[in-house]
Amino acid sequence: MGAFIAKRLALSLLTLLLVSVVVFLVAQVLPGDIGRTILGPYATNAQVAQLDAQLGVDRPLAVRYFEFVRGFVTGDWGTSYLLQQPVRALVVGHLGDSLVLGLFAMILIVPISLGFGVLAAHRRNGFVDRIISITGLSLIALPEFVAGTILLVVFGVTLKWFPVSSAVPNGDPADIVRQLLLPSIPLMCVLFGYISRMARAGTIEALESDYVRTAVLKGLPRRRVLFQHVLRNSLLPSITVISAQTGYLVGGLVVVEKLFNYPGVGSLIYTSATGHDLPVLEAAVLMIAALFTVANLCADLLYGVLNPRIRLTSE
Amino acid sequence: MTPTPPATAALAVGDAPGPGGTARAAQPRRRQVARGLFRSPAFLAGALVLLFWVVDAIFWPFLAPQDPQKVFPEILQGPSAAHLLGTDNLGRDVLSRLLAGASTVLTVAPAATALGLLGGVALGLVTGYYRGLVDDVAMRVVDAFLAFPLVILAVLVLTTLGPSELNVIILIGVTFTPLVARTVRSAVLAQRDLDYVAAARLQGESGPRIMVAEILPNVLGPIIVEGTVRLGYAIFTSATLSFLSLGIQQPSPDWGLTISLGQANLQVAPWIVLFPALALATLVVAVNLVADGLSQAVKA
Repeated sequence: MGAFIAKRLALSLLTLLLVSVVVFLVAQVLPGDIGRTILGPYATNAQVAQLDAQLGVDRPLAVRYFEFVRGFVTGDWGTSYLLQQPVRALVVGHLGDSLVLGLFAMILIVPISLGFGVLAAHRRNGFVDRIISITGLSLIALPEFVAGTILLVVFGVTLKWFPVSSAVPNGDPADIVRQLLLPSIPLMCVLFGYISRMARAGTIEALESDYVRTAVLKGLPRRRVLFQHVLRNSLLPSITVISAQTGYLVGGLVVVEKLFNYPGVGSLIYTSATGHDLPVLEAAVLMIAALFTVANLCADLLYGVLNPRIRLTSE
Repeated sequence: MTPTPPATAALAVGDAPGPGGTARAAQPRRRQVARGLFRSPAFLAGALVLLFWVVDAIFWPFLAPQDPQKVFPEILQGPSAAHLLGTDNLGRDVLSRLLAGASTVLTVAPAATALGLLGGVALGLVTGYYRGLVDDVAMRVVDAFLAFPLVILAVLVLTTLGPSELNVIILIGVTFTPLVARTVRSAVLAQRDLDYVAAARLQGESGPRIMVAEILPNVLGPIIVEGTVRLGYAIFTSATLSFLSLGIQQPSPDWGLTISLGQANLQVAPWIVLFPALALATLVVAVNLVADGLSQAVKA
């Protein structure tokens, strides 16, 4: 088990390192002259040079990358160009609000998707299975802003059940549902497709295994076979899919938060990218990559704990 | 050439269609796939809707009742006999803009998909055929790519390079390349140890010739399926980027852009955003149903 954890940890760190290089290159190198990008085409060369010196972007790349990583690791994330606020508080605050929205969507949709996935596998190739599969397939394809716009027009504008612009909810459960249900549905649409498909595939595989045949042949009731023998094995692959979706979720949050004016990390990334607010952008993206990596690491470890076969073969 | 464990080779032989995929064997197989497709109502419905939007994207100048840019004095009007789907904040006909708006998404997405297929097939053939170090390095890069949400990458790149249709095409095409390569690679791996490849090699054919003339025709099935699946994602992504104002700019009647701009009048004129949203929904669902039908038919 120790070697397994060490290997996964090393891989995660390597991924994070790669991501930090990508973020740094895209944010700092791609724009060419950062001072020019911020000041626009009408600034004089002297003004641009002065801003570049002030931001420290006239130094060699390797030095800047090292500073960037050191700052991030030691907790000194710099100051926002646009808002003149410390970046860390800004990013952590927005990240928390996004987490509330993302978790709300996950908590609602994971059990629903698993349930429908197992049901589809149970009724394999039948009518119910086809309906679930086609629904999942259609929902996956729906861009978040399309689903969100339709929901806004129907439930926000026409029926007036929900606000058209969502604020961070106060602790009241009714307010949580009121503010978060509409923006979380577009995210849930996409998640439902992925998770239910994986749960279905896993369950079918388990249903076809020898141990299930044995259980059926020795006369156990079908329900008992399903709940005690099949599910423990069939839901394992879903863990990986669910954790992999945290990466998707963040992309989806950018869109949903813009559509619903929700002040999360997605809208922070969008505004800092369009405003060329590099310290905020880099910190936010790196934080998300870190979160994503940790989620995947946890999923891998959980998978290893629940499934001894993986743990043993990798050693 | 790297030695392959016998287990893999045996599996590959069992999975492959006939060695060489001779013309005689291919003909009934193709007919069988076509028959399977026409029996699937989901595929047929998807194909019809997709066909409708493709025809509309090409022939909209003849279909649209008005010039999509023409400004009428009545602004923000609901659906009426004069304007079947209403007018927008500048007094433009929503129906005409809806019909004209299909062309941008149906240009950008297929172009991006074609670019991704081109790069991905080439990379997949090379990594799958030669394996070794190239393969290892390429697949690690693919993994790093997958760890990064595409929308975030797009926001990063397009805000620095500047929003434009061409940049969207290149960005989506480049990000698709490793993903397509992965699929093609695994299909090539199943072929590379078959007898017909060994025969070609003994005959003295060069590596590139074997990849393109021998292996490629035998992995076309998975490539076509991957292409349709990618097209769905390309529509999803390019529409999303339009919505984020990172793609095509005003005054294009593009659906994503129209929805983004229409948010300002959501409360007073919801029809401006509702109809393009429904149009996009039918298009993406149609493409996904077609992709699913194709993959089921090729697998069967």
